[in-house]
Amino acid sequence: MKRSTSIILAVVVFLLLIVVGSGLFVMNEPEQAIVTRFGKPVRTITNPGLHLKLPFFETVHTFDKRFLEWRGDSNQVTTKDKRYIWVDTYARWRITDPLLFYKRLRDERGAMSRIDDIVDGETRTTFAKHDLIEVVRTSNRKPLADPTMDMDIGILVDIKNGREKIADEILHASAGRVGDLGIEILDFKIKRINYVKEVQKTVFERMITERKRIADKYRSEGQGEASRISGEKQRELKRIQSEAKRTAQEIMGKADATAAKIYNDAYNRNAASREFYAFMKTMETYEKALDSSTSLILSTDSDFYKYLKEVTPN
Amino acid sequence: MANADDVRRSVTLNAKRIVNIVIVLIVLIGILSGFYVVQAENVGVILRFGKYTKTTEPGLHLKIPVIDKVYQVAVERQLKEEFGFRTLKAGVTSQYSRNYNSESVMLTGDLNVVVVEWIIQFRIEDPYKFLFKVRNSTATLRDMSEATMRKVVGDRTLNEVLTVGRQEITQEVEAGLQELCEQYENGIRIKQVVLQNVNPPDAVKASFNEVNQAQQDKEKLINQARSEYNKVIPKAKGQAQQTIQNAEGYASERVNGAKGDVARFVAVLKEYEKAPEITRQRIYLETMSKVLPKMEKKFVIDEQSSGVLPLLNLDNK
Repeated sequence: MKRSTSIILAVVVFLLLIVVGSGLFVMNEPEQAIVTRFGKPVRTITNPGLHLKLPFFETVHTFDKRFLEWRGDSNQVTTKDKRYIWVDTYARWRITDPLLFYKRLRDERGAMSRIDDIVDGETRTTFAKHDLIEVVRTSNRKPLADPTMDMDIGILVDIKNGREKIADEILHASAGRVGDLGIEILDFKIKRINYVKEVQKTVFERMITERKRIADKYRSEGQGEASRISGEKQRELKRIQSEAKRTAQEIMGKADATAAKIYNDAYNRNAASREFYAFMKTMETYEKALDSSTSLILSTDSDFYKYLKEVTPN
Repeated sequence: MANADDVRRSVTLNAKRIVNIVIVLIVLIGILSGFYVVQAENVGVILRFGKYTKTTEPGLHLKIPVIDKVYQVAVERQLKEEFGFRTLKAGVTSQYSRNYNSESVMLTGDLNVVVVEWIIQFRIEDPYKFLFKVRNSTATLRDMSEATMRKVVGDRTLNEVLTVGRQEITQEVEAGLQELCEQYENGIRIKQVVLQNVNPPDAVKASFNEVNQAQQDKEKLINQARSEYNKVIPKAKGQAQQTIQNAEGYASERVNGAKGDVARFVAVLKEYEKAPEITRQRIYLETMSKVLPKMEKKFVIDEQSSGVLPLLNLDNK
């Protein structure tokens, strides 16, 4: 009797525990939930902690409350200027109305596939309305020029909208279409943009020819500058040489003139000086001009030999 | 009978002992599971019945078993994410894997292609936000980082990205990423963005090297021309000086010569003027005495003599 009582007691306690346990549930910090009674949603719970429910009759469906990520598949899209590119995007979203969410989408997988449809579609549509440059660039900033390098920094052509604006455009278009799904798309970003393979090839070819052009420019600049220096060298050389020659001639000419003036001043003083100069110079010239090879025939009439004839010539 | 009783008693005893041991074990496990250690670089985030209650500092702490849940978050650790490459083995000579082109290939603002590798260093500043505001915070951070880097590179020319723009890119990505972190409330603080290799794509690398080569060729040509210039011009200047010095030498020689000549002339002239006749005579005779001995053939003929031809004939025979 005593034993059977204790067994019954244990069973009752055990059953009670199960009932209480199934009537309590813990909701964690990043979660929210809806409670359904026989499949029919009855209430929404958003604050974490210990909560009560009717045991057995009510079921709890838990959803994430946090910002969730969404990554688009790589999308091949065409821009307005007919460029074929791959686009990777991402968005962040969250479940704002768990009840609506549960009704419309059931779970995250359902949500993801809807976001895929909506955002990928909007991306494609919006990209087709803009040139490639508009989704690559964000602002009309001017390239940073470096004064220490003599290189061509490149050109940034002006844009009208830019990446942020276009991303916003896609966000607004998509956000409007998920309003009745119990979710909210918080933001949308263009992550990667790449050329499709065939386009990439032509882009690479263009880059190569552009580099070749720059290389050629450097080489011809080098040759040009070298020629200029060489020409300058020739010009400078001629100038230095001719100036030196001119200066030398001037100096020598001046000296010659000075010497002439000195001679003239002395020799041209009066008749006597002129006469004496002629005489002296003649004598000097004799000394220089006459040598052993000269034959001299002198008459006794000459001044030098006149005494050969007589002591006192008349 | 006594035997059976003994057996029953010992069975009962054994069962009692086992129950006791089990109870002690449960209590022990309960007490032990009430303790937890927060590592030095972490903080503990405590959820009680799933609700955030507090954050605990490093050290030994108590909790209510089963009811309290502890998340450890490394708030003190500098965390790092790599883009375009992965460090396989860090060390003195680290090994890298570089097969992450999809992360690193991007378009520049002049529609060229560039390969950018970079890292971001960050810390978890707010563990609550990190855990409970954003799911997959780190994966989201990677998306944000890629988007921001591409946005910044997309606003620059290829040459800017490869050369002068590096620092500006780093700063702008850092600022942009931090702004996004605050907007997303992911509890992350960006410490540093570091650009690693920034290269043109492999297919066009050769042509980029050619540009460098051409640049050096240019320098070389110019330097050669300059050195030729520097070799020739100073020499020519020296020679010009020499020419002028020579001319000046000639000039002073000429003038001094003239002055000397004149001085001598004037001196003699002074004497000559005193006695013109005799001076002339003397000079004439002196000259003759110098000149005549030099000559081998001298003919003296009488003033009446009819000619000199016969004499010359004689000699020429």
